[in-house]
Amino acid sequence: MTLVSGWGRFPVVDSDVLRPRSFDAVGEAVAAASGSVARGNGRAYGDAGIGARRTIAMTGFDRVRSFDPATGYIRLEAGMLLSDLIDTFGPRGFLPFVVPGTRFVSVGGAIAADVHGKNHHCEGGFGRYVGSILLRTGQGETIEASRAENADAFFATIGGMGLTGVILEATIRLRPVETGWIRERVISAVDLDAAMRALDAGDSATYSVAWIDCAAAGGNLGRSLIYLGEHAGADEVAGGAERFPVGKDPGLAMPIDLPSMTLNRYSIRAFNELYYRMGARRAGGSHVVSLFPYFFPLDSIGGWNRIYGKRGFLQHQCVIPEQSARDVLGEILARVSKRGDASFLAVLKKLGYGDGILSFPLPGYTLALDFPLRGDILNFLDEIDRLVVAAGGRLYLAKDARQSRATFEAGYPALQRFNAIRKSLDPAGNIRSKLSQRLFDEV
Amino acid sequence: MTPRKSVLVLGGSSDIGRTAARAFAKAGYDVALAGRDVAALKPDAADMRARYNVDVGVFKFDVLDTASFEGFAGGLPALPDVVISIVGLLGAQERAQSDLAHATTIMRSNYEGPSLILGLFAEKFLGRGNGTLVGVSSVAGDRGRASNYVYGSAKAGFSAFLSGLRARASRSGVHVVTVKPGFVRTKMTEGMKLIGPLTVEADVVGDAILKAVEKKTDVVYVSGKWRLVMLIIKTLPEAVFKKLRF
Repeated sequence: MTLVSGWGRFPVVDSDVLRPRSFDAVGEAVAAASGSVARGNGRAYGDAGIGARRTIAMTGFDRVRSFDPATGYIRLEAGMLLSDLIDTFGPRGFLPFVVPGTRFVSVGGAIAADVHGKNHHCEGGFGRYVGSILLRTGQGETIEASRAENADAFFATIGGMGLTGVILEATIRLRPVETGWIRERVISAVDLDAAMRALDAGDSATYSVAWIDCAAAGGNLGRSLIYLGEHAGADEVAGGAERFPVGKDPGLAMPIDLPSMTLNRYSIRAFNELYYRMGARRAGGSHVVSLFPYFFPLDSIGGWNRIYGKRGFLQHQCVIPEQSARDVLGEILARVSKRGDASFLAVLKKLGYGDGILSFPLPGYTLALDFPLRGDILNFLDEIDRLVVAAGGRLYLAKDARQSRATFEAGYPALQRFNAIRKSLDPAGNIRSKLSQRLFDEV
Repeated sequence: MTPRKSVLVLGGSSDIGRTAARAFAKAGYDVALAGRDVAALKPDAADMRARYNVDVGVFKFDVLDTASFEGFAGGLPALPDVVISIVGLLGAQERAQSDLAHATTIMRSNYEGPSLILGLFAEKFLGRGNGTLVGVSSVAGDRGRASNYVYGSAKAGFSAFLSGLRARASRSGVHVVTVKPGFVRTKMTEGMKLIGPLTVEADVVGDAILKAVEKKTDVVYVSGKWRLVMLIIKTLPEAVFKKLRF
């Protein structure tokens, strides 16, 4: 047994980690032990990528099968990272349609979590650009699933957290781009109302996201910087610059766990104040930035999760339906601001419909907050969850390590349909993760 | 338009072979992948074609079948610009101590085969007047240690062969690179206890090989730390060294 955890480093649990070398070996690994799940690059925050008994490491499967530049369709093995995809096909004029906040996730993981990016409000999630999936089910079948063939398995696998089987390969559509640069416009918003108005006004922008200063209180509650973005054309790239910038490996790495007291209400407030002022100075005009800092600001700090110390941290990401969003988000931010230990990663963004049966997004606003794991944080988040559930919202499974079954079941009304499909693909229940044990499986 | 450069990777289905081939393909080389199991090479060939738009061929090559070497080299569509030998066999030291057949296989896989095939290409390169030969040897060949001296001695022989060949070719246009990777996380080392700070991922070795070929480096320790570690190990007096069991 090996101790395994997700990106948040909580929980840390025992699971056998296997590194199969062939698809046949993946099948054997699934069949041989009831209770396994595939793991990509381990960037799910909680327990989604950890097998109940056995964890199947997939990053060795990183081959491209075929690529058609005429259509942008690519067939690849599911362990390939988006960073690899971007580095390899970016210079040829193709990018994934959807990228999450880190490029160090696998394609299989991106499908299983139906990850969303800064363009979800207008272009949908990662699953929308998946043409088909080669899936190894829990009962040992290898099936090709698409919108036309095995459609139930297809829509259950998108956002299905790996619980329909092991995603072996996928065909996805890439976006043709002229350059690897983004034309960015920064807007500063003095409070939550202004931030939400700015996001609404940014609906026509391809990319939009708000960073919230969650240390701000009172009249400043919810003050934000809104980042709008569009792909820059070849004529917008500064003379002498490469059409496609190079994505550097994390230069600055966090070599050690910081003492958990490093982040306290004073350091966080100071950081947020500084960040807001620096950003507000850039507000107004538009400028062209490399896609890497635009999409993946934290990727430049390797192992940034260690900032939170050895005990790890929790990310709480909820989505609140549009009609009640203003009041509920205001209440959550007020409580967080009062508490004082939410961190610099507070993000607000508009979402549209998800494509998978269990996809997280629904039309409304999503708020993501980080908390160091200490004190009464679990109780505090349970209280927040009550607000989310009452508003008809839900939590993102890829970030979750602690929500209750009641919260989960209230947030995902399509769960029964998902469970029925999962059962038909895996009657014996071979595919099980720590997350499924916590939230899905019959006890 | 000048024709693209080409590389032949012997041991193409190994983890290091695969990453080395990818690094060269990324740099625009056409690639010939050679290994025992041609079927296992085909997905990697397709991968490199799709990624980098280069020509990739697959060829059968068995490092223990030395009689086939002439035919293998002659059967390639063209003489490559670069030949990289990554073949090798770690084997099991304890078994090799009493199982002569196993010891022979380790010695032949790490010394005899790689030396003969690179020697064969060396003659062709010297005749042509250019080319680069890369032998992936091992830090284990720097000094025979109790825990792996059968493998280590074969790698020592291979390192000596490369060193001599490099000296002989030094006034020609042919260059010889010796690569000593140290601990690499691969199929070969799966399950071994590797020391974290001294261990690198396979793709780091692939990139290091490409860089060494382009810069005409003679001997490459992939992680600089190994140069220091091996310097210390090499300088220890035998009276002290022989008491160590590592």
